[in-house]
Amino acid sequence: MKRKTTFLNACALLTFSLVWQSSSLAADAATAAGTIKTSRGTAQIERQGAKLPADVGSAVNVNDRIITGADGAVGITLRDNTLLSAGPNSTLDLNKFAFNTTTHAGELNASVKRGTLAVVSGKIAKTSPENVSFNTPTISLGVRGTEFVIDAGKGVE
Amino acid sequence: MSIVLVPLVAAAVFLLADSSPPPPVDQVVLLPNADGSTGKLIVRSSAGEQVLATPYASAQSTHRGELQTSVADAASVSARYGQALGAQPSRPVSFTLYFVSGSADQLTPASSATLEQIKASLSQRAVPEILVIGHTDRVGKLEANDSLSVQRAESVKKLLLAAGIAAGSMEVSGRGEREPLVPTADEIAEERNRRVEINIR
Repeated sequence: MKRKTTFLNACALLTFSLVWQSSSLAADAATAAGTIKTSRGTAQIERQGAKLPADVGSAVNVNDRIITGADGAVGITLRDNTLLSAGPNSTLDLNKFAFNTTTHAGELNASVKRGTLAVVSGKIAKTSPENVSFNTPTISLGVRGTEFVIDAGKGVE
Repeated sequence: MSIVLVPLVAAAVFLLADSSPPPPVDQVVLLPNADGSTGKLIVRSSAGEQVLATPYASAQSTHRGELQTSVADAASVSARYGQALGAQPSRPVSFTLYFVSGSADQLTPASSATLEQIKASLSQRAVPEILVIGHTDRVGKLEANDSLSVQRAESVKKLLLAAGIAAGSMEVSGRGEREPLVPTADEIAEERNRRVEINIR
């Protein structure tokens, strides 16, 4: 009897985890924040512990980390038309992104842990500039509709 | 005696230098916008705040949080950030389609030519994505205009597909009356605001 219960529990757990996995995949598709448009050299997306190649056409999601090697560079267009491009030896975390295409309300926060990032701000920065920010290990940046570059050097961990 | 001291002093100097490496420095540089204007950056650290508002204005921070400002130039930006800037995706572009009066699916002759420009723009991009954005004038309620603008965008999406225009993704949205091309008072009929924008990124 007890063995049977354990077996049933295991089945329930397996079903649950399968359902959970497929629903989290669906959520990923729905929450894509942007798309990789340019990619050169060694470039990866770190997502929930997995490392994926940062190929042109790949989706970029909230909580993704973008890592480039010594020969790497990656360009991303977010759904609100923000352009992010990381140079070599860079680590970029997309911490927050939300964008409503009707109202243009939303938020964007990204951290440059090390290396370089060029930014052209998008529609969220026009409508809700107070909701757009970038960080380095020592600086936090408020953005008022503009283009700029960030250098976090070798970073501090 | 001095034979023993010299290596000791040298070791001590080495250890001191090693225990306090040059502090890491973070930097931001404000760039002029593509249209020639310059925006603004508010730079905050644990020790203070600086506002950058002129082209190439720059702020540096040490790991202790002190902020210094200076002015960079195009050459130094290109030297340090050339590869990041070189990886920048193509700038998003927008095209606007207008309809023959009273029609929801027949474009004006000028807008038919715009379709060719849209195709050309798509062909220049590796992974083009389209956002079809409907707009209305300010006649009617906000909610009604929201749904009207989505209907306009949906009908344009069909038209684009019929014209053989395809992209990796084509999303439809309605801005309603929030973004008039010609600002008017509420309840004013304005033809130029009843439009559909094709944003390509």
